[in-house]
Amino acid sequence: MSSSKTKSKTALLEEYGALSGKMLQILDYEGRVILAERLPKLSPEEMVTAYQNMLYARTADQMAVSYQRQGRMYTYPPNLGQEAIGVAVGSVMREDDWLVPAYRELSAWLAKGASMKDIFLYFGGHEDGSVLAGAKNMLPSAVPIASQLPHAAGIGYAMKYQGKKDIVFTFVGDGGTSQGDFHEALNFAGVWRAPVVFIIQNNQYAISHPRAHQTAAKSLAVKAEGYGIPGIQVDGNDYLAMVAAVKAAAEHARAGQGPVLIEAVTYRRGAHTTSDDPGRYRTEAEEQKWAERDPLKRLKGYLLAQQLWDETNEEPLISQYKKEIDQQFTEMENHPYDFKDIFIHHYTEIPDDLKQQMVAYEKFLNWKESQQ
Amino acid sequence: MKIMNMVQAVNDALDIMLAQDGKVLVFGEDVGVEGGVFRVTEGLQQKYGEDRVFDTPLAESGIVGTAVGMAVAGLRPVVEMQFSGFVYPAFNQIISHVARMRNRTRGRYSIPMVIRMPYGGFIRAIEHHSESMEALFVHIPGLKVVIPSTPYDAKGLLVAAIESDDPVIFMEPKRLYRAIKQEVPDGKFTIPLGKAKVLATGEHITVVSYGALVREVQKAMSLAKKTGISVELIDLRSIYPIDRETITRSVQKTGRFLSVTEGPRTAGVGAELMSIVNEDAFLSLEAPPTRLAGFDTVPPLAQGEHHYHHSPERIFYEIKKLVEY
Repeated sequence: MSSSKTKSKTALLEEYGALSGKMLQILDYEGRVILAERLPKLSPEEMVTAYQNMLYARTADQMAVSYQRQGRMYTYPPNLGQEAIGVAVGSVMREDDWLVPAYRELSAWLAKGASMKDIFLYFGGHEDGSVLAGAKNMLPSAVPIASQLPHAAGIGYAMKYQGKKDIVFTFVGDGGTSQGDFHEALNFAGVWRAPVVFIIQNNQYAISHPRAHQTAAKSLAVKAEGYGIPGIQVDGNDYLAMVAAVKAAAEHARAGQGPVLIEAVTYRRGAHTTSDDPGRYRTEAEEQKWAERDPLKRLKGYLLAQQLWDETNEEPLISQYKKEIDQQFTEMENHPYDFKDIFIHHYTEIPDDLKQQMVAYEKFLNWKESQQ
Repeated sequence: MKIMNMVQAVNDALDIMLAQDGKVLVFGEDVGVEGGVFRVTEGLQQKYGEDRVFDTPLAESGIVGTAVGMAVAGLRPVVEMQFSGFVYPAFNQIISHVARMRNRTRGRYSIPMVIRMPYGGFIRAIEHHSESMEALFVHIPGLKVVIPSTPYDAKGLLVAAIESDDPVIFMEPKRLYRAIKQEVPDGKFTIPLGKAKVLATGEHITVVSYGALVREVQKAMSLAKKTGISVELIDLRSIYPIDRETITRSVQKTGRFLSVTEGPRTAGVGAELMSIVNEDAFLSLEAPPTRLAGFDTVPPLAQGEHHYHHSPERIFYEIKKLVEY
């Protein structure tokens, strides 16, 4: 659907095609519109909601890091600076669409219906955190890099085979594009014309390894050409550009035209995980440069200029979020752990041999208790 | 009843399940137009169409990884690895996702997938076409591992594997693909996974084997019979879950145990079987539980494979030693 004022969405994939060498950017670093004809049609409410979702994700993420620092949660991968990408996907993704995540797309998880309690459970050491009961058609995190991408291609095949119109959104990082599964998934999805939107969060580092040393390719989007599918490079810290690109890609996929590769250029402002020290491999000057391109700052700049946002709203809102999030963290801390859950979920019916192991361990526990 | 070899029996099982259940898909390298390099899937694409029986790009991780996605989306993929020696690129998918998905999502998603692959040696093949690496899969929690030794078993076990909501590694002894013919019932039947079969009752020693070596053990039993040795032969059928009870009951009766397997000895299936005997039949033993396994070597190429693969004479030699212990 194109209007007279805005150009058609799928034409965007051509104009900004991977070989064009262009990166789609609608807002500048201060949030001023620099590409009005590509401005996605969003209502004021949608704009404000998007900003609030980014703010919620950022608040939750910072609290997660803080809980880890307090020793109340285990290793956690911070999302700081990458919030716009998942919120943009969340604004386009429908309830029945599939989300196949990696592990650093908190804002997309929340949009799909995962709760902070789920996230805290997972990083608090509970397998229950991967159930994600509130998130329809979502897979849990995939820690082995890029291994989730073939799943997305397979789900895409299943959607076509079952005659469904649902599509798949999947995430990978810049490092993940070097993996064989990245190649295999894009290749399969291309051959099958599977309805999959592949989103690379190019946050410039795979732990310590910079993007420039990951591939000699000029961009990550350009890899799409090798699979005969559209690729587009987008400023991933520009919420409006991300929405425009994800909408175009989703429309392409839903129309049966096959997969699309989006390279979202962003920056991981935090550490790789709470066990990592970025000071060993990057400079403060570089971090400062990217802080100035922060996605929340830019969208807020836009909202303020449009008089859609009142700065005084922000602190009370963050306080309210913190209260809600802390409540969910407390629920996680009170979540029970039954050792039998270690054994009973591997198979639809526990094999006798495994059951014996469980029973033998229980006997030991009983003996241990009797000794006290 | 039809007389079938194992290739035909596997084809029949796939045919029946494709006909019965629209969720079943069969795919892999050359399985469609060509009907598989061993012709196991011959005729299925013509019968069920290119969206249900199809050729994929040449990438094992992609085959298994996309099947994971199909399985979580409600389908029942039956994928083929062209040879077991080419499954290794798919190991990350098998270990990290196929085997774990059910546990890590506490049962929200199961992976009702079958990964079929021809395996095993003694067919004078080129490199990477003779290995018997079932122990690798047995060591991965969350998988079932099944190996048939006859056309009848191949059909019944494969139907059961496709109907299983758990992922099954289905290894087909390619040495037997066309070597044995037998009567196989028409239509659908299943053989339960996780249950061994006593193929012959005997008094002096229990021999446990599976796959292509079952037939070699049967030949060795003829040699043993001439010397008055009575062998109880158990075909394991499922390597995991392992049927402890059948093995234990037999060894409690015979007092002697020999496993006959093809893969490398150290940390192999024979070691596991001996441990079961030690744990559950220790007081019945008259001789040390023993394993006849492959050497801890790469299987030799054609000129040397008769040294590596257990002949009936070699198996008889081990049986005799144990009975005379």
